[in-house]
Amino acid sequence: MVGDRADAEAQITMGTAELTRFANSFIHQNVGEEYVEVRLRLAREGRVATVTGNHSGDEGLAALVDQALTIASTQPVDPDWPGLTERVEIPDSDHADPSTVAATPEQRAQVVADFVAAGPGMRAAGYCDIDWADVAYANTSGHHATSRRSRATIDGLQQTDESAGAGHQTSVAFADLDGGAAGTLAAERTRMGADAFDLKPGDYEVVLGPEPVATIAAFLALYGLNGKAVNEGQSFAALGEAQFDERITLVDDPLGTDALASPFDIEGTPKTSLTLVSSGVTVTLAHDRRSAHTAGAKSTGHAWTESVSWFPFAQHLVVTPGNHTVDEMIAAVDRGVYVATFNYCRILDPKTQVVTGLTRNGTFMIENGAITGAVTNLRFTQSFLAAWSPGNVAGIGNDLRYADCEFGHGLVRAPSMHLAEFRFTGGAEG
Amino acid sequence: MFDHANAAVEAALDGGATYSDARYIEAREETIEVFNGNVRRLQRQESSGVGVRALIGSSWGFFATPDITPAGLAAAGRRAAEIAKASAQVAGTPFDLADVAAVEAEYETPHEVSLLDVPLSEKVDMLVAVSNALRTVDEVKLALAALAGWDTHKWFVSSQGHRIHQHLVETGGGFEATVIGESETQVRSYPQSFGQFETGGYETVRAWDYLGNAPRIADEAASLLQAPQCPEGEMTLILEASQLALQIHESVGHAIELDRILGWEAALAGTSHLELEKLGKHRYGSDLMNITADATLPGALGTFGYDDEGTPAQRVPIVDEGTWVGVLSGRDSAAWVGLPPGGMVRGDGHGRFPMVRMTNVGLIPGDSSLEEMIAETERGVLMSTNRSWSIDDKRLNFQFGCQIGWEIENGRLGRMVKNPTYTGITPRFWGQLDMLGGEDEWVHWGTPNCGKGQPIQIAHTGHSASPGRFAEVRVGVTG
Repeated sequence: MVGDRADAEAQITMGTAELTRFANSFIHQNVGEEYVEVRLRLAREGRVATVTGNHSGDEGLAALVDQALTIASTQPVDPDWPGLTERVEIPDSDHADPSTVAATPEQRAQVVADFVAAGPGMRAAGYCDIDWADVAYANTSGHHATSRRSRATIDGLQQTDESAGAGHQTSVAFADLDGGAAGTLAAERTRMGADAFDLKPGDYEVVLGPEPVATIAAFLALYGLNGKAVNEGQSFAALGEAQFDERITLVDDPLGTDALASPFDIEGTPKTSLTLVSSGVTVTLAHDRRSAHTAGAKSTGHAWTESVSWFPFAQHLVVTPGNHTVDEMIAAVDRGVYVATFNYCRILDPKTQVVTGLTRNGTFMIENGAITGAVTNLRFTQSFLAAWSPGNVAGIGNDLRYADCEFGHGLVRAPSMHLAEFRFTGGAEG
Repeated sequence: MFDHANAAVEAALDGGATYSDARYIEAREETIEVFNGNVRRLQRQESSGVGVRALIGSSWGFFATPDITPAGLAAAGRRAAEIAKASAQVAGTPFDLADVAAVEAEYETPHEVSLLDVPLSEKVDMLVAVSNALRTVDEVKLALAALAGWDTHKWFVSSQGHRIHQHLVETGGGFEATVIGESETQVRSYPQSFGQFETGGYETVRAWDYLGNAPRIADEAASLLQAPQCPEGEMTLILEASQLALQIHESVGHAIELDRILGWEAALAGTSHLELEKLGKHRYGSDLMNITADATLPGALGTFGYDDEGTPAQRVPIVDEGTWVGVLSGRDSAAWVGLPPGGMVRGDGHGRFPMVRMTNVGLIPGDSSLEEMIAETERGVLMSTNRSWSIDDKRLNFQFGCQIGWEIENGRLGRMVKNPTYTGITPRFWGQLDMLGGEDEWVHWGTPNCGKGQPIQIAHTGHSASPGRFAEVRVGVTG
């Protein structure tokens, strides 16, 4: 429809998302949506405009094209316009699991029922959801690609009047979800959380579960390990330097069998496995086409809808696991804290990576190599860069899995981790 | 357009719903960002579709689709009912909705010109001028100026006879200057972090005089690099009004949401430290603390004619001279506890389930002024413009960082300080409110990015505030 009037690229995503939500141990909200997302970006003699819509019929698309051409024609030239992705072969990808595509509200309700039943006498709250979509990309350089993806999640809490614990599972396949197992983990943490006491804030040795480790990885990636943050001088990242403990290897792996992604980004750039940190050394940055153009590099396929305003973001992160069990890491702690999940984390400065947040749904005292009781939620103010700095990572677990993080589910696979020092700056009383 | 919504409602009723409603929405949105003098983002978004709710037993079913053919609308209504029925596998107690009179009504946001109808060249030229003005200060390395606007038509139909059309116009923007040091970044924003947003058209942006304020903001950003750290310890804290607005949002607005209090949001957002049996008795703060949820405030971002359940916008007392007296509610949550519905239910576009959201939750102004507060402070810090925010799942333990601060010694403003932070516990902190600015300094601040729910929804909320002073607050928390 654009013809030779401009350079243009379009991505159309058509999918279904359904979510069964429960609280106080019953399903209270149960929702679904058929969605269509049409994104058209075009450049007319370097004048760039983006329009989006949710109708894929000829009439809707023609209206978007006309609008984009009109807007672009009134704009100043964008000196940083990186151009379109060149034609490159990307095999059509079908990475959607049939059990997710076919999952019914009754099947989701059964997963919820299993989760609830695992916590007798407790109040369960959470959700079970599925999301699958077909994605198609094409541009006026002749490049095109298609893919199909899926995700399914069970995530929830078990609660009593004095404690709460969380359980989480995410997979490509709905059939993988085990509501009973997730509910049992949450219930165990809830029972362990009884009779919690207030711990004096300070520096403590910690064992972090996969969820807080995933949050640390996501913050480092979004606010630092990308080309735009480095181009702008806002990042801590220094290529070739040993900025992390030698135990840390951080990879963006969008193509593995467990990955949830499309094999290309919204600019049509093919994704590949990208090692951001190798044995503690920062080795690569995530780029979209704009940040790569500025840096004189190549896009790594990390454009997303907000990367122009925020940052290119590695969203298939894997924190390479170690060989310790969680019990072994706890056994190595004289006096410290086990943290199951973080809550409400916000960055104070991207360059220092100082972040404040809280512990939630399972915070336990470790003494002489064993968990000896529960502590009330703690506030931390801690540089995530320092948390993974050389010498501070005492051990990494072998329990790699998809872990919920501050920015949502399905973004990070992480194991548990033992850190020598972590700064808690407040407790239940402030 | 009512017919689209009505077709979905009829199908949901045929599917077994005891009550159903639907919103057909046409939404337009524009975002413009100018970065270091160049347009880096110019985006228009248009969407339309219907979202239909079906109530069966103890659960809502909801389904949304952009397909507004008769077949598509009927399928959406049926699907909403099917989804609700499946909930019976994990059922709770069936409930009814609190009564709201069915009306046929129209509402339009008072405005002069929608942002989307202003010539692009005028908007872009203004933002380029602001961005370039920021960069006249050498230390400013990142100069961002931005505008955003929403122009939304909603047609609401319920099985009880509501037929309401609303045309809502929301507009805002702002700018920020970032300076980069050896091992730090510092930021200054105007009118507040993330910009200031209001109901109304482009005339609301013109009133803030971006260009006239750019030199001051750029100078302040540059000065922060040389400024000393914020002092540590317990001392008097004065909050500039936009930071106090966010304090209200986080430590009052979310805590008074009835769905949170009832545990319906426990998994993601959390619950609340408030217990319903203490409504009317619980001390939330000092006598100076008077808060309302007022969806009728002209120009405020959380203002509308009717909420997404057809309940008229209203003004609800929340805190009266320090005592907690009200909640944010909808027809279902209000019925659960026997309160009148507050008209505070909204959904994020046609694709999201309507839920309890803040309207304009704000402080009634006091009788002091920022000048008086400083003059009457022996030792303290004045903090302005949010930079970070974090609060626990019961809305008790919070920590905020601001962009800039100034020491106060013996009634006078002293040195600028950087990285100012403060932390506290909600009722204790509000109990320490001892001076509050008057109507002259009272602003309807807007928050365009309030997240809640699963799947996540973004709401636009308002928070009226003037500057406030708090005694003996812990400041200067560092990592």
